[in-house]
Amino acid sequence: MTVADFLFTNAPALLVVIPLFAAFICPVAGKISSTIRNLWVMGMMLVTAAVAFILAFRVFVTGPVLYVFGAAAANLAVPLDSGGIPIRIIFTVDAMSAFMDIICAIVGVSVLLYSLSSESRNSGLEGYYTLFFLMIAGVFGMVSTGDLFNFFVFLEILSLASAGMIAYRIDGGLAVEAALKYFILSTLGAIFVLFAIGVYYGQYNALNIAMIAQRMQFTMLDKIALVLLVAALAMKCGAVPLHFWTPDAYSMAPSSVTAFLVVASQASLYGLFRVVFTMYNITMNCVTVGWIIIIFGVLSMVVGVTMAIPQKDIKRLMAYHAVSQTGYMLLGVGVGLAVLGNTTLTSAFGFMAMEGGIFHIFNHAMYKGLLFLTAGAIFYRIGTRDLNRMGGLGHTMKYTMIFFIIGALAIAGIPPFNGFASKLMIYESVYLFNPLLAIIAMVVSILTLASFVKVFHSVFMGPKLPEYADVKEAPLPMLIGMGILAAIVILFGLFPQPVVDILVAPAAHALADQGGYIASVLGGA
Amino acid sequence: MRMSKIVRTAADILYPAILIFGLYIVAHGHLTPGGGFQGGAVIATGGALVIVAYNYKEVTGWLKKNVLTGQEVSGLVGFIGVGLLALAFGQVFFFNYLVGSGSIFGMPVPYGINPGELNTAGIVPLMNFAVGIEVWGGLTVVILYMLSGLEKEGC
Amino acid sequence: MLWNLPFITVVVLTLIGLVTVLLKKNIIKILLGINILNSAANLFLITLGYREGGVAPIFTLAPSELMVLPTPQALVLTSIVIGVATSALVLSFAIVLQKKYGTVDIDKIRRLHG
Repeated sequence: MTVADFLFTNAPALLVVIPLFAAFICPVAGKISSTIRNLWVMGMMLVTAAVAFILAFRVFVTGPVLYVFGAAAANLAVPLDSGGIPIRIIFTVDAMSAFMDIICAIVGVSVLLYSLSSESRNSGLEGYYTLFFLMIAGVFGMVSTGDLFNFFVFLEILSLASAGMIAYRIDGGLAVEAALKYFILSTLGAIFVLFAIGVYYGQYNALNIAMIAQRMQFTMLDKIALVLLVAALAMKCGAVPLHFWTPDAYSMAPSSVTAFLVVASQASLYGLFRVVFTMYNITMNCVTVGWIIIIFGVLSMVVGVTMAIPQKDIKRLMAYHAVSQTGYMLLGVGVGLAVLGNTTLTSAFGFMAMEGGIFHIFNHAMYKGLLFLTAGAIFYRIGTRDLNRMGGLGHTMKYTMIFFIIGALAIAGIPPFNGFASKLMIYESVYLFNPLLAIIAMVVSILTLASFVKVFHSVFMGPKLPEYADVKEAPLPMLIGMGILAAIVILFGLFPQPVVDILVAPAAHALADQGGYIASVLGGA
Repeated sequence: MRMSKIVRTAADILYPAILIFGLYIVAHGHLTPGGGFQGGAVIATGGALVIVAYNYKEVTGWLKKNVLTGQEVSGLVGFIGVGLLALAFGQVFFFNYLVGSGSIFGMPVPYGINPGELNTAGIVPLMNFAVGIEVWGGLTVVILYMLSGLEKEGC
Repeated sequence: MLWNLPFITVVVLTLIGLVTVLLKKNIIKILLGINILNSAANLFLITLGYREGGVAPIFTLAPSELMVLPTPQALVLTSIVIGVATSALVLSFAIVLQKKYGTVDIDKIRRLHG
């Protein structure tokens, strides 16, 4: 067995095991010296990202990949003596999961590079990196798993690690307050998820998503479970009306963590899509649920952007924009869901809307991560997040300014950046579905631009302020971390079509194709 | 804040008993209800009992945070390592490569009502040991850190 | 009726837990509410795993055909472990907040706004 074969077979397990292993070794490495610890975390992150890319490559070339923990063979989902029931913990990585894996890997690498210098002034870094790797393991686990209870476990790992990370810089108790708010809400959400799992288990005697999907009857209990899951996961991804933890948590967490919290919330978004598309699909009333998700999306867009405009704290402002951008993803995918049962409409614009929403997940992770990292670089140099006390930083922090411009134009949907590519897909397809929604989306985009012009002006423009006269450019690792994301923002904006064809379209089709998902786990049943 | 001599003596006597009971639960995790987490939690309760009976400063002399953190790390690494060994044997992660091998923990399982054969179940007992060590260290260190937070306050 | 008793308990516990979480102002009491909710979920799962005439899945005590499936028990164990971690984290937050703000009343812990 060659190394390539080994990696190909075991990639889904290694995706979770390597970050966990790295996390647990971190305290030991930190005891020896900080250089060794930094080398260790960077090396392990690169290995994890490499595994994620190998796995994604395999998925996009050969189709869904199964990994059955503890079985005699990695793809033996249904043992012969089990009566046709998949009994073990199964990782099912289809195109959508691989897509999320890629996002997590890219953001993880750049955030880790960035935090090597952004956090270097703080103490307790062993805990920081341990929790960071636990977050990465949580995200990879959530998006890769094919088992509902396993999903709950990784959701909780992610919540615990995120709450610890948000509270990491205690900041006179403010960060702990934000973390407490976040954590109590996520725990309540997780308990809802657990109840829903109980409902499915009681009805269908199965925990495997594919098995539940196959047996789905859409009874009254299933409706209750759907409501529980949608409420919990919409809350975790920060959609209005359950968005109130987002600004607190995003603004109080260290900036590097905030950039990754964006990915963490998108993992919940993935969970939401997986539930409605793979588990329920057309057995439920797609139009109603689709419209509910669309309304969540429109509310998030409008409320997020209107709350963002008056903010004085740069990260709080960006956090409200994150809520607003989540709305675009919900809108795009919600439209795709609303027309799912109708083949003509689906091929006319449904898939395009879904592709737009899913592409926006990717783009959002990149440019929002970039924006949070630039905000962190500013905070690192001048020690405040208050927009009124900033000004004239464009003279000294040139590269940070350029990265900020790239991110701001991308989030506002200006060509040639990647935000434009996905937003255009959403506008075009949603316009065919309901013109009003498309118009709202465009107006929100304009307001986003206005808001970021204001931020840009008050942070970077104007004369040099005397108190920031000796401010220097952000350190090199932070610039590299931001540069990776900025390069992807530009690259995907210039060449959106290949990306859509290679990555996004398979993900959208994998999400919509319930039968294919079931068949990949249970065999051609 | 030190409890009365009666409580301290009782804690002294009970601590070894709790320790042994916890280790028993860990070791018999694959045969009886219990396992690594439960056993480790029982042992951590013993630690909590000692902490309650004596004061924080005295206890930190016996229960060292470094040692407990070391236990936590080694337990976790051991758990992952046992699973990763399966990959080294060319098997799937968490594959039970010891069961039925005839070596340690590799004996066949007797059927029917029986007192329980300890030498069975493959890697499950090994994982129980790892988790037991980890939870023992982890929970005790959580209690100690919380106490040290309260201690500085002076309560 | 007797058969449904555990499910009724689940509902009652859920309501008590939700009321505690939503109405109480003390962080410790909120945590207790979360723990009650968690117990309700655990009881729900355990009850689903029970079959009339089944025995606990302890291998040394039972002939194999009468055992109930141990999956719900395994799920509940995992959920309890997660619950312990949750409690520990919330209690740590409560300690820090008590030190920094001098209170654990969530109405007074409101410095973040906007």
